[in-house]
Amino acid sequence: MIQVEFLGPIEHSDMQVEASSLEQLSTILKQNPIIAPWLDKSAVAINDEMVFRVDTLLKDGDRVSILPPVCGG
Amino acid sequence: MEIYEGSLDIKMIFGKWLDEESHSNYGAFIPFVGTIRDEDGIDGLSFDIYEPILQKWFDGWVTKAKRQGAIVKMAHSRGDVAIHTSSYISAVFSPKRRIALELIDEFVEDFKANAPIWKYDLKNGKRIYAQERSTPMMGAGVLQ
Repeated sequence: MIQVEFLGPIEHSDMQVEASSLEQLSTILKQNPIIAPWLDKSAVAINDEMVFRVDTLLKDGDRVSILPPVCGG
Repeated sequence: MEIYEGSLDIKMIFGKWLDEESHSNYGAFIPFVGTIRDEDGIDGLSFDIYEPILQKWFDGWVTKAKRQGAIVKMAHSRGDVAIHTSSYISAVFSPKRRIALELIDEFVEDFKANAPIWKYDLKNGKRIYAQERSTPMMGAGVLQ
């Protein structure tokens, strides 16, 4: 089981899902009408480390953060 | 890196930073101040911050600056910030001016593009995500 959290303006509470890779997680999240529109413009971190490949593997207890477009300052 | 609730007291923070480095023998100090303008009928801006990744992003810049004999500092607001006050300040201290001038430019630009901070307009009692002014972070779209 992994935890997925949605940061900033994505109005969705944390999720617990079964997924062994980001590819699987992508398939799950695409089915959610609130989350799906954010996926093409959001970055991803696993346990607070940014990741860049969809074939990245996930393990039990991982925490995945979805980071939508930013604008500091 | 410093996070404050609401507007920054920029005179206090710059004063503190200057005191911290008063005997560090840096020849140049280049500050940057971001002030919220009165535009589009907003009452102010509001910010969410994801601090663990912001800290890592900042630590990367500390390392990069150190390689050039310089240091970077920054402070940012969380929550609501009124117009005509400041939500972001940063500074570079370096032995000579050229490094500081170049670093502050790169640092502030990368901050705008990759620091995990989300901005909202405060307008008519509502908090509205500044979507059109926001930038996808490096690597965005990995789950699309």
